[in-house]
Amino acid sequence: MDAFEKVFEAKLEAEEKIEPKDWMPEKYRKTLIRQISQHAHSEIVGMLPEGNWITRAPSLRRKVALLAKVQDEAGHGLYLYSAAETLGVERATLLDQLHEGKAKYSSIFNYPTVSWADIGAIGWLVDGAAIMNQVMLTRASYGPYARAMVRICKEESFHQRQGYEIMMTLSNGSEEQKAMAQDALDRWWWPSLMMFGPSDKESTHSAQSMAWKIKRKSNDDLRQQFVDVSVPQAEYLGLKIPDDKLKWNEERGHYDFGEIDWDEFWNVIKGNGPCNEERLAARVKAHEEGEWVRDAALAYAEKHSNKQKVEA
Amino acid sequence: MKNKIAKYLIQLGDNCLILGQRLGELCGHGPALEIDIALTNISLDLLGQTRAYFQYAAEMSDDFDNEDQIAFLRKSSDYRNCHLTELPNTDFAHTIIRQFLFDQYHQLLLTDLMNSNDEKLKAIATKSIKEVNYHLRFSKDWVIRLGDGTETSKVKMQEALNTVWRYTEELLRPSELDIEMEGLGIGTNPDQLKEEYFEKVKSVLQFATLEIPENKFFGKGGKEGVHTEHFGYILSDLQYMQRTYPNQQW
Ligand SMILES: [Fe+2]
Ligand SMILES: [Fe+2]
Repeated sequence: MDAFEKVFEAKLEAEEKIEPKDWMPEKYRKTLIRQISQHAHSEIVGMLPEGNWITRAPSLRRKVALLAKVQDEAGHGLYLYSAAETLGVERATLLDQLHEGKAKYSSIFNYPTVSWADIGAIGWLVDGAAIMNQVMLTRASYGPYARAMVRICKEESFHQRQGYEIMMTLSNGSEEQKAMAQDALDRWWWPSLMMFGPSDKESTHSAQSMAWKIKRKSNDDLRQQFVDVSVPQAEYLGLKIPDDKLKWNEERGHYDFGEIDWDEFWNVIKGNGPCNEERLAARVKAHEEGEWVRDAALAYAEKHSNKQKVEA
Repeated sequence: MKNKIAKYLIQLGDNCLILGQRLGELCGHGPALEIDIALTNISLDLLGQTRAYFQYAAEMSDDFDNEDQIAFLRKSSDYRNCHLTELPNTDFAHTIIRQFLFDQYHQLLLTDLMNSNDEKLKAIATKSIKEVNYHLRFSKDWVIRLGDGTETSKVKMQEALNTVWRYTEELLRPSELDIEMEGLGIGTNPDQLKEEYFEKVKSVLQFATLEIPENKFFGKGGKEGVHTEHFGYILSDLQYMQRTYPNQQW
């Protein structure tokens, strides 16, 4: 181990943050770029399924809240791309990777939003699962990432409360509304559990990320924590979680739950989910159609700074 | 009288509602993340203003009890927004030209409504003007940047301007209600804003090196409840939930 590496390891040991100018192992840098950019991509792809319902939100209050939420996600994308840029990679490059299908984003966004209740279920479960993953990232060893996550987590917990409140309104509403809420839970439950990634035995990146203190808890631990928190919340709504094996285990002090359909899990990751193509196509379309706008803004800025030089 | 004021508030709110709805379609699809966020902000402001107008209108109206009834449960011919706000998001050039041409009108209108002798309307205008000043700065900057950007952007902006221009006149054409409200010191006759509007708009378009199109056909009818072909589609999204599941709490 050389001197640089010793300093790096000592900082990790002492829980000091690694900052952009600090020396870091190339693999640490690459892992962070991969993780932060995947996270950023998830935020902006995640705008699409919920964005679907902005024009159809059932009340003005809900419309405004949903718009604000989806806008928050765009902001999260921005902070995260900026955090990735501190590692020496440009946003444009990362976006190209997304558009070429080389970069991943959270599979949950490859599921369709088919009813208004999905907006509630997503806030409650998907933002809820995201928070569980992300709270530990506020303590990630890389400073800019950890700081971005602090900001993001605050907003995510607001999203979660808002989503749960939608579910609550539906559950206390008409028979139709209750059925709508149950149907959304039926469809979003399993994909939400999948958000924690492969099981610990299958996870390729987990161990190293834990050693580098980028990640603090294993996928399975987080998934268990999520189930434990969500079961009483579903009960309070009077909704049934679609898992026959779900049962309190006195001995473990946790809920036991059924096995995830790992075939489906890997299939959606490989691009065969219900909306993979649509999501990517929508991002590519926005990017391509925006090219002339971005080019013109650059051209104008250049022209303008030249003019100023001539005048001066 | 109160009911008339309610109608006037609804006319004011309808422009904000429909343009806010149009911009809402773009959330997640903007040409760059920063622009996406800014357009969503404008949409949020406009829908916030809509709520202020409609909540007040619901207090004053004989026909409506709450903001959502006004927003979601009217027939097409009862909406009073101008055609400009209904125009589709054909591309970013159309979106930003539409926005600029509306924002300039909106700013002059609110500036005048800040003198309304109706205290509540005055308060809404006073709060909204700060937001609209920002909208105008954003749309104006982009019109200039894209008009005077590249060859491609100039062509696109000129095409968009040629399409949208004909809808400006309607913004400034008074309805009977406008004239009546102006007479009472409550509202504005937009005809009085006309000269300043075109002066300001033309100066920005010149800056953007764009040509002012000829005045061919001027769209009209929105304030009388006669809308464009686009409008029915807007309503089918906007009203979908309230129509499919009537009388429920959301
Ligand atoms: Fe987010
Ligand atoms: Fe969120």
